[in-house]
Amino acid sequence: MIGTISARRHRKDRLITRLSAFAVALALIPLGWILYDVAKIGLKAIRSVDFFTQGPPGDPSALGGGIWNGILGTLIIVGLAAAIAVPLGVMSAVYLAEFAKPGSRLASVIRFFADVMSGIPSIVYGIFVYTLIVAATHSFSAWSGSVAIALIVWPVVMRTTEEVLKLVPEELRQASYALGAPKWRTVVQVVLPAAGAGILTGALLGLARGAGETAPLLFTAFGNQFVSSALGKPMSALPLEIYRGARTAFDPAIQRAWGAALTLIVMVLVLSVGARWLLGRRARALS
Amino acid sequence: MFRAAAASAAAALLVVLALMLFKIGQASAPVWSKHAGELLTGTRWAPSKEIFGGLPFVFGTLVTSAIALVLAVPVGVATALYVSEFAPRRLRGTIASLTDLLAAVPSVIYGLWGFYVLVPTLRPFQAWLARTVGRVIPIFGTPESGLHGVGLFSAGVVLAIMIIPTISAVSREVFLTIPREQRHAALALGATRWESIKIAVLPAARPGIIGAVILGLGRALGETIAVTIVIGNVPVISKSILSYGATMPSIIAGNFPEASGSHAQALLAIALMLFALTLLVNILARVLVRRRVA
Amino acid sequence: MRRKKLAVAMAAVSLLAVVAAACGKTKTTTPTAALTGAGATFPAPVYQKWADDYLKAKNVKINYQAIGSGGGITQITNKTVDFGASDAPMKDSELTKAPGILHIPTVFGAVVVTYNLTDVQSGLKLTQDAVAGLFLGTIKKWNDAAIASANPGVTLPDTAVSVAHRSDSSGTTNIFTSYLSAVSAEWKTKVGSGKDVEWKTGAGASGNDGVSGLVKQTPGGVGYVEVAFAKKNNLPVASIRNSTGAFIEPTLEAVTAAANTATVPDDLRFSVANAPGAAAYPISGATWLLVYKEQMDQAKGQALVNFLWWAIHDGQSSAPALFYATLPSSLVTKAEEKIKSITYNGTALYTG
Repeated sequence: MIGTISARRHRKDRLITRLSAFAVALALIPLGWILYDVAKIGLKAIRSVDFFTQGPPGDPSALGGGIWNGILGTLIIVGLAAAIAVPLGVMSAVYLAEFAKPGSRLASVIRFFADVMSGIPSIVYGIFVYTLIVAATHSFSAWSGSVAIALIVWPVVMRTTEEVLKLVPEELRQASYALGAPKWRTVVQVVLPAAGAGILTGALLGLARGAGETAPLLFTAFGNQFVSSALGKPMSALPLEIYRGARTAFDPAIQRAWGAALTLIVMVLVLSVGARWLLGRRARALS
Repeated sequence: MFRAAAASAAAALLVVLALMLFKIGQASAPVWSKHAGELLTGTRWAPSKEIFGGLPFVFGTLVTSAIALVLAVPVGVATALYVSEFAPRRLRGTIASLTDLLAAVPSVIYGLWGFYVLVPTLRPFQAWLARTVGRVIPIFGTPESGLHGVGLFSAGVVLAIMIIPTISAVSREVFLTIPREQRHAALALGATRWESIKIAVLPAARPGIIGAVILGLGRALGETIAVTIVIGNVPVISKSILSYGATMPSIIAGNFPEASGSHAQALLAIALMLFALTLLVNILARVLVRRRVA
Repeated sequence: MRRKKLAVAMAAVSLLAVVAAACGKTKTTTPTAALTGAGATFPAPVYQKWADDYLKAKNVKINYQAIGSGGGITQITNKTVDFGASDAPMKDSELTKAPGILHIPTVFGAVVVTYNLTDVQSGLKLTQDAVAGLFLGTIKKWNDAAIASANPGVTLPDTAVSVAHRSDSSGTTNIFTSYLSAVSAEWKTKVGSGKDVEWKTGAGASGNDGVSGLVKQTPGGVGYVEVAFAKKNNLPVASIRNSTGAFIEPTLEAVTAAANTATVPDDLRFSVANAPGAAAYPISGATWLLVYKEQMDQAKGQALVNFLWWAIHDGQSSAPALFYATLPSSLVTKAEEKIKSITYNGTALYTG
């Protein structure tokens, strides 16, 4: 290998570079396309800031109004789901990556079933929570929706956090032990911050997924054309506004639904970009 | 104490999963005792006549996921590679953010956009495929029921777009956290950039990449809303991937609201089958990863 | 630097929370009661109009989610909603699981056959056999004799027929298949009627919007939808031959004519599929609100009873603008009796 690089090897190198650039284009074309289509219809409904501060007009064929019921609902339901799933996910990952003995049977089993849980269709979580909570309490409720979403987000956060924790160099941990820190402190003050950007990416991917889920909310939070913040009552959420609104017979309602879609996409975008900015230099080094 | 908290969080995962399985198993037990063979091997689904053949849904799930992987894995991994290795430094963050943005699009939007925009666009392509390659290779041929646009292929394409960000983001993290020394060593020895990647990065990344693919496959197997909207939801097994079909999640989502009695139990039984399929896929993944790491 | 960014971020989040709370308070008077209902998509436009009008009239919030007739039946059976809505009356087997349910009819509507033929923009006439043949898959081309014979003077193209039907459980499907079972023995034996049937041909789409969307984008497509969806998508609507041999368009008059022929038993469960009479549109259907005779909550029960009474009287005036036919007066009287029988703790709730 020592010596000048042949023309053939150069060509191969360039080819691979171009092919992977082409792959990026392939991945980004549908994105641009979807965003364009969503914006094209959705912007028709966003006539003023009222779109974000008011609920839908009582008459679905009326112009104007907005999707504040969905925005508030998503914030509450996903917020509550995050409060449940992210700590659980990170703590479970910490156990698997830091405390479990290498080759531990239990750890393997947990990891395995977390992957399995990621594969269970979201509607099954909805049905499960419906049977467990909604049917038992005879009421659709926002908090049951949060539970369903949390179940989906938990394994995703756990798995990606664990992957990232594993890749934190062992030297960092050794250095901490050498300074006399107990294990838990090492984990909390050295390992977790070192993996911080990766954990956040994982959490955000999980939450982005959770915020966009419709099926689990259909029979838990159920939806509400009125603005509501009551956890024990039916509540709307952006995906529900999108799914149910896009399927009505009235153009203004359909436009509001696509406006909701645009809002949701922007919301999640702000979350992702915001997280990177928040972490500043550390994130930039890693990306 | 901290250790105990972490351990119980991890164990809780198993507890919740067990509870879910128990509830679903218990609820579907009656239909298993009467129709087990049919659920697993029957090809006809007619709930009004108490016929519950589950094979068409297994078929649909496998075919759409396979199409999705064939399309998404090369694109996802190549994208991750580009961002972590080839892209100009100042573009890296932007491209990474943009690919992650694909994950921000909610699945219901993929379904609706897929139905109103992608399916009409794919219809002429599918017709062309059936006319040309389809004459020689039946899986690309015109289905017996005719070409409708919606179907397994369209659902596969939509799924592919949906899982690209998952595969790409996780692969990217994997590539980025591999220490740079080995790469530099290879370059110092005279390798091209691609060669250094091939030698120093890919082997170490392989288990992580497989993990990324499994996460992507998991997403594809379980995707409900988007698939339900573009697959046609007709329980048939066809020779052609251009045919309409149904997947296990789509039939559950489509029928559960109305289902009662044995119909509902049959749908829960299908949920159990889906769980078993996911289990199988993950076992396979374990075997693959172990082999490579060893 | 990081601490500063954290502080800015936290300030932004708190600001958002304050704005959220402030906006939440800009609602007007607190409503006196709130009801939750779920079910059919078929009457959803008029139910949503009613919710809006009723809120303005009586300050009662009605949250109606259109999840399909089957969903409406399931949810009221599970008592997770205050009322259900369905275009398909509950079957006996469904009633045993929900003892004490009342069917209150609200409006009548039309299920139309819509199609996508570039050269035939309107005026297509379909016989009973043609409709059955199209949806059974026995008629494969649009220029088939079965269709052409009823449309002399119309050049039908040699395009393949592409059927679209519902993939989800649907009251619209129930109305359509009830009609087909009534007019075609072959359909009755091979497929039958119901909210969810084993179709012999065609792609499934989700919801009325899915079927109309599929027909709209498929050359040669044909499907059945609630009339508002065909109109919204500018899709042509076929005239269907009724039991007297006349080809009838799905107009309000034709649906009302069908509604007036209903033979209504005591429990108010009936069908007007293939209604008799020269002016009747044969694929018409009624839709019901499902409520329990014995209410569990007095305030909600009271609100419900008042709303139901309003719906079958004042509410009727908003139906025609949305293409629904109002209830014939004999049916209103019967519905009134049912509403008067709703009780809480043994006492009738409706006080007039």
